[in-house]
Amino acid sequence: MNFPEDLKYSKEHEWVRVSGNIATIGISDYAQDQLGEIVFVELPDEGEEFEKDDAFGVVESVKSVNDIYAPLTGRIVEVNDPVVDSPEIVNEDPYAEGWLVKIEVSDPKELGELMSAKEYEAYIKEESE
Amino acid sequence: MRYLPHTEAEILQMLGEIGVATIDDLFDTIPAGARLNRPLNLPKPLSELELRNHLRDLSRRNAHGEDWAMFLGGGSYSHYIPSAVSYLISRGEFLTAYTPYQPEVSQGTLQAIFEYQTMMAEILGMEVANASQYDASTGTSEAVRLALSFTERRRVLVARSVHPEYREVLKTYLKNEDVSLEEIPYTSQGTIDRAVFQTLLGSDVACVLAGTPNFFGVVEDLSDVSKRIHAEGGLFITVTQDPLALGLFQSPGEMGADIAVAEGQSFGNSMSFGGPGLGVFAAKKEFVRSMPGRLIGETVDAEGKRGFVLTLATREQHIRRERATSNICTNVSLCALAATITLALWGKRGFQELAHTNFDRSEELKERLLKINGVSLPFSGTTFNEFVVRTRVKPTDLVARLVGDRTIPGIPLWRWYPELPDAMLVCVTEMNTDEQIDKLIAGLKKLL
Amino acid sequence: MTSSKGRGYQFEESLLFELSREGRTGYSFPERSGAKRTPSSNLLRKAHARLPELSEPEVIRHFTRLSQWNFSIDTNFYPLGSCTMKYNPRVNEEVARYTGFAHVHPYQPEETVQGCLQLMAELELYLAEIAGMDAVTLQPAAGAHGELTGIFLIRALLGARGNPRKKILIPDSAHGTNPATSSMANYEIVPVRTGKEGRVPTSVIEQAMTEDVAAIMITNPNTLGLFEADIRKIAEIVHAKGGLVYGDGANMNALMGKARPGDLGVDVLQYNLHKTFTTPHGGGGPGSGPVAVKKELEPYLPTPRTVLKDGIYRLESNRPQSIGRVKAFYGNFGMLVRAYTYIREMGPQGLKRATELAVLNANYVCARLKDAYHLPFESGQMHEVVFSDKKQKEKGVTTMDVAKRLMDYGFAPPTIYFPLVVFGSIMIEPTETESKETIDRFCDAMISIAKEAQDDPDLLHKAPHNTKMRRLDEAKAARELKLRFNFS
Repeated sequence: MNFPEDLKYSKEHEWVRVSGNIATIGISDYAQDQLGEIVFVELPDEGEEFEKDDAFGVVESVKSVNDIYAPLTGRIVEVNDPVVDSPEIVNEDPYAEGWLVKIEVSDPKELGELMSAKEYEAYIKEESE
Repeated sequence: MRYLPHTEAEILQMLGEIGVATIDDLFDTIPAGARLNRPLNLPKPLSELELRNHLRDLSRRNAHGEDWAMFLGGGSYSHYIPSAVSYLISRGEFLTAYTPYQPEVSQGTLQAIFEYQTMMAEILGMEVANASQYDASTGTSEAVRLALSFTERRRVLVARSVHPEYREVLKTYLKNEDVSLEEIPYTSQGTIDRAVFQTLLGSDVACVLAGTPNFFGVVEDLSDVSKRIHAEGGLFITVTQDPLALGLFQSPGEMGADIAVAEGQSFGNSMSFGGPGLGVFAAKKEFVRSMPGRLIGETVDAEGKRGFVLTLATREQHIRRERATSNICTNVSLCALAATITLALWGKRGFQELAHTNFDRSEELKERLLKINGVSLPFSGTTFNEFVVRTRVKPTDLVARLVGDRTIPGIPLWRWYPELPDAMLVCVTEMNTDEQIDKLIAGLKKLL
Repeated sequence: MTSSKGRGYQFEESLLFELSREGRTGYSFPERSGAKRTPSSNLLRKAHARLPELSEPEVIRHFTRLSQWNFSIDTNFYPLGSCTMKYNPRVNEEVARYTGFAHVHPYQPEETVQGCLQLMAELELYLAEIAGMDAVTLQPAAGAHGELTGIFLIRALLGARGNPRKKILIPDSAHGTNPATSSMANYEIVPVRTGKEGRVPTSVIEQAMTEDVAAIMITNPNTLGLFEADIRKIAEIVHAKGGLVYGDGANMNALMGKARPGDLGVDVLQYNLHKTFTTPHGGGGPGSGPVAVKKELEPYLPTPRTVLKDGIYRLESNRPQSIGRVKAFYGNFGMLVRAYTYIREMGPQGLKRATELAVLNANYVCARLKDAYHLPFESGQMHEVVFSDKKQKEKGVTTMDVAKRLMDYGFAPPTIYFPLVVFGSIMIEPTETESKETIDRFCDAMISIAKEAQDDPDLLHKAPHNTKMRRLDEAKAARELKLRFNFS
């Protein structure tokens, strides 16, 4: 299982890559593995605003449906449309091509509440016990 | 007992392997105080011969359309069921198969229902159809529930000319919701009152529900209703009691329906005192993820061969549980199969021809009835198969008196429509013979 | 026992729309006599339904071939847990087709349907007696429909008492319809955790039961096949706080003549006639889900009710407290005839014997397989038994692989991945209509597969090998939605 060091992670298995005040968000390798083959992704529209922990989208596999939760408060500035047409990209490349949305971060302090790669790895181990 | 294969010797062997002395020991897990200590108070067992005699006796205490002249519709219809149907649906591989969760060993059911979904979508003029709901009454309720959750609005407009029992079921289903069910009256043509509809319309209306044909048998072009509700962002839902009508008349899809529900019993399923029915549920593609019920989709297997599977199961109760689109599990697959076989035999032309025949017969009966003094037509709209007549003598009296002559002229409407105390719904199909119709006319002439 | 490779004829068969040829007909209608009329053009359909055109022999061959691809009870053992796949008697089919049942219209005057009404009234009495309840409605069309009716009834009674409340307790082992139903009835679900012994601990219920809880939905025996021995205590706890006990009767095959939910504190229960009472599954219905209730819920039952007045059966609709209708007409009458016929054939001793042998068969499966497969709960199995893939997982083989491999042996797989409380669960319900030899053959196959899991896991990963189709791509089906034939 792969957890890039340069990313931050949420308890709901999303990852965050920050560049300036824009954060790119996706789901982790662990999440896509647990879900199995992803068949459908529902993403919000550009301009929509979400508070931290709000559900902003849906990821559906053959055997389950899961909400995606906003790891940070912000406004959607870009949506990864190719993923909507080919959801399998999220399975194949969750951290790069499989990104879901880009948001304009409202409160940079919230980044501090997210986990590092090491913390996330430990968190997953704990959860599966 | 013929359904229980075990011999005494086998039972002993099995008990030995399990490690207990008697079968009763296996029930030790039920605490003594919880056990039933007397035999069930049920009639003693019957042999097959006695069973058939007893059930035949019971069945003989019911009148039926082969011996009686019956002109009853109202959501349950007597149409010809081709002989081939019962042979095919009685095949054990169809009859005793389970829900096709394991697609590799259920391709028969899966392909047949995929064909059913296609046929229903075609007949209703819609983009997708599911694998069936219980019947039109519950299907209608599910359609309205979909509209409410999709639009997130609280008002539902329902035509009074929709089947009264479908409206009752809807009321039951929505009783505990913060929803307002509002009625649109009918006009003297038996059509939807557009003026009242206009006043009720608003941007808080989730959907409008109308019958096509409606409970009075009246057919109307509802495209304008469709446009108006769409302009307000609401959904247009139709329900069709006898979808044979769609071999002749405009389909819900042509009128712009978002969801089209129908009672498919007319296709190859006997009336059977009202059940099982066949809830046809079809919709526009955009609602597919919100739809209730099973959906069968096409795919390929590991060798690239075409096959069929249950799909989008994440909407359903066994996966989504409390967030499922509906709680439905068992539906009416065998009834859907009977419909598919029937429509395959009728075919494109037979479907249209049968629809025409039914239309002709009901128009002819209408004319003959109107020639009787004391019979009038309260609704001037075009009808299919069934129509409302007003009689000088109360319909309930007519029925009571004609029953003695093995004739049932129609369904008195007063119990659902107290504003129509002299009205009766008369239905005629290809199953009513000329003799039966003559008998009806003669009987009514005498009484009116 | 080695896997059986299919022999004989297994034909390919296209879709009806692909076999269709313009001009072929399979119908036989009398000539249209009398004037041919046409309605006004604005009402006429413009684009006609593209139904296929075939002759009758083609239709027969088409569906005959399709049927041969199906597994069924008639073909072989179908050990699906919680489904009660017992033999579907043919006399039931014959009787349901009697003209005096099949060709009866629901709106015929009451005096012309006395046979139907009598059958329904008597069936209500039998179902009440078997469950230990006071009154029954036959209107719901399936188990889930019965559940919904039952929860509506609970809401109505509690509402009449002043407060319908907001929550329902549901064990995590419950069938998915339970929470889905509660949600549909606008109740919030409070999950209740199954304890280490596979049953719901009374302490958990004590904690969860408040005056905001309308009811508990409980299946007994539960979906692990275990009798909830504390059911009376649970009922006491719930009743003490003014709540009601809803019993999911899906597993009644374990109790007939041995115990009655009504005697154990259950207030309302739904039956699944297509499980316990042999009405055929038909590939997914029609079913029937009658609901049995205790006296205090009777006034709320759906209308109409079948009543006997001065020697005549009548349909009574004047019941002001009723929750209303849950379905048009009276219920799935065709299935009621079948269930009635079965009960009349078996009689009280036959039903009890059926339950006894169902429990014997399940315990026998348990004894034969408990070495090869991990048994999460060591004892107390009634009519069904749950194993897990714990032992097989050590070699990377899962429940799914075992299920798919079973098909190569000619058996239908058991229920898998349900109930959720056991990871990788394999739920087996043999029912009473299976002989010892059949069960032995099934157990032999399962043991053989367990060995294959050790020696040749890859064989299982790629299973099934011998079925008409290999493993089907469900992800593709969900991604590229093709829900109907495309004519273009």
